[in-house]
Amino acid sequence: MKNYRSMVLISNDPHSMVQGAQEIFDCIKTEVKKYQLEDEVSIAMASDISRMDIAPVVVVYPEAVVYGPMKIEDVPFLVEEHLYKGRVANRLQAPKKALSGPIAWLSAREGSLPAEQRIVLERAGVIDPESIDDYIIHDGYQALGKALGEMKPEDVIATLKNSGLRGRGGAGFPTGLKWSFVAGVKSDKKYVVCNADESEPGTFKDRLILEGDPHSIIEAMIIAGYAIGADEGYIYVRGEYELAQSRLKTAIQQAKEYGMLGKNIFGSAHSFELHVHAGAGAYVCGEETALLESIEGKRGEPRPRPPYPTTDGLWGKPTLINNVETLANVPAILRHGADWFKTFGTPSSPGTKVYTILGNVNKTGLVEVSMGITLREVISIYAKGMKSGATFKLAQTGGSSGSIIPASLQDTPMDYDSYAKAGVSLGSGALLICSEETCVIDLAKVLLQFFKFESCGKCNPCRIGNIRALQTLDRISEGLGTAQDIETLQSISKNLYEMSNCGLGQTAGAPLKDIINHFRAEVDAHIKLKVCPAGVCAMSGQSNLYK
Amino acid sequence: MNKIKSLDDLKRVREEALEKRSKTTVTGKAHIIVGMGTCGIAAGARETMKAVLDTIEAEKMEGILVTQTGCIGLCEQEPILQVVRGDEEQVTYGKVNPDVAKRILKEHVVEGKVVKEFVVNL
Repeated sequence: MKNYRSMVLISNDPHSMVQGAQEIFDCIKTEVKKYQLEDEVSIAMASDISRMDIAPVVVVYPEAVVYGPMKIEDVPFLVEEHLYKGRVANRLQAPKKALSGPIAWLSAREGSLPAEQRIVLERAGVIDPESIDDYIIHDGYQALGKALGEMKPEDVIATLKNSGLRGRGGAGFPTGLKWSFVAGVKSDKKYVVCNADESEPGTFKDRLILEGDPHSIIEAMIIAGYAIGADEGYIYVRGEYELAQSRLKTAIQQAKEYGMLGKNIFGSAHSFELHVHAGAGAYVCGEETALLESIEGKRGEPRPRPPYPTTDGLWGKPTLINNVETLANVPAILRHGADWFKTFGTPSSPGTKVYTILGNVNKTGLVEVSMGITLREVISIYAKGMKSGATFKLAQTGGSSGSIIPASLQDTPMDYDSYAKAGVSLGSGALLICSEETCVIDLAKVLLQFFKFESCGKCNPCRIGNIRALQTLDRISEGLGTAQDIETLQSISKNLYEMSNCGLGQTAGAPLKDIINHFRAEVDAHIKLKVCPAGVCAMSGQSNLYK
Repeated sequence: MNKIKSLDDLKRVREEALEKRSKTTVTGKAHIIVGMGTCGIAAGARETMKAVLDTIEAEKMEGILVTQTGCIGLCEQEPILQVVRGDEEQVTYGKVNPDVAKRILKEHVVEGKVVKEFVVNL
């Protein structure tokens, strides 16, 4: 994947065009050519970044520096300074107070972010996943040796806390804190569980880690066992991931032969056993307490909380549950230290995130980039832009339980805190990029259909709420919507969030809230005008779901 | 297999493995790596792998190391085949079906000419 080192955006709204944005665009192109940077720098026009008082605006990524108002005579200086010599041209920068509107978020981003960074996927696609020797050649099991030989369990947890690593499953809970909770509980038996039941539609990062680098998860789990005082672990792998299961089993067998698993690992007092448990295909089993029930051999239904798994987990014993991607970060952090880890990403969310890019873009696949990158950069640089003729309308993060991100938020840094402030969530890392041809009602219907199907039925809000929401959406999409429906959807969304027992129901209402908050006009068009602006909904006047 | 008891043991195992690896690449002509994640297999990597092994056997080619690896993040270009020939830089090929694999073996691995139209720019 050839990536551009830098991306330049020039505003092309009418006001900027009058001020000479087109000439500036052409001039930047010629100047860039003069320095022979055309293979390294991508130049594009964007219609939604400008503000009247600083138009025309030029934004240079990855440093996310905003220049404006831009004059054509300053272009050679800008290109020479910033793109050729790599220094920010302070003289031309837009005043900080002018940074409001869509680009305001950029001021929240601190420092420049490097291009694609691989910590988690460092070895995936490089080593032979079925060879432990290959893993050891690439610095494998050194973190384990270091932890067992040179560090006390408290030190391991302190390093993790210090690194600021947060759970990559979606909720973003600080990992070091979770480890210290389990370590602090006294018990004769503790467990480490790896949540690899990756069932979010469109997410496949965990599968790639397990298939490409299974030993890194095993190493991380042994370290976790040492840190919290557990001697047994389970990897709960989604049932469909047969290749990941077989590679994990091979890897566990090899680790046993080398003495990495079993008694007295590395000559220390620490012992650890590891099992692979295949899921049976229920989405709800990705929820941590339902997952524990499933390992115990019971029906996968979430438990009431509290008590949390950190005190009463698997078979009532204190249990540490981490996502695959979270665990994959652990060996690298112990090897290089917490300070090294903090050089990636943003201060509140250090490190990298693996995203799987899908949808209406030129290049789909997966990338691992620093936290705090913006959606615009992901689309323009890593996905090579939208397919020709398509305009970016919205992105759906994290499979179905994430958020719907409208185009107006595409300059928000993608880290846990910035997204929480913007009222959306990062989810598990799938980025479904949708164009103008996607109807939000139709999208919400697809998501709710999924939640309705996957709801375990244990608690009322989720079991009934999802069906009611789906029926309401179906009526709207068939042209039978009434003004009351918006209130109904809002109240279902609120009830789902506040009253559901587990994460499934709590996130099921998010798409309803998001479409009403960000796409109210489109929803209104369906209800008041009986028109689907994207031309997707049938508007037949009959609903099969609601009679 | 001796169990690893300390960091020094780990270092020793690492060096032994490295040595074994360098022996195969120095004496051998080439190292062929086939991407065998789910994405690769779904796109036909098993057939590609089979074609590579069959050709090597049929043509009685010697000193070629064939290994598999996981997904490198370019699922769209799968099946992916990478060739390292002696000290030369690694070349990555995309959309390698069995026929293309045979061509790569013949033209690149044996004759040293890179098959340009299937190269993926990294």
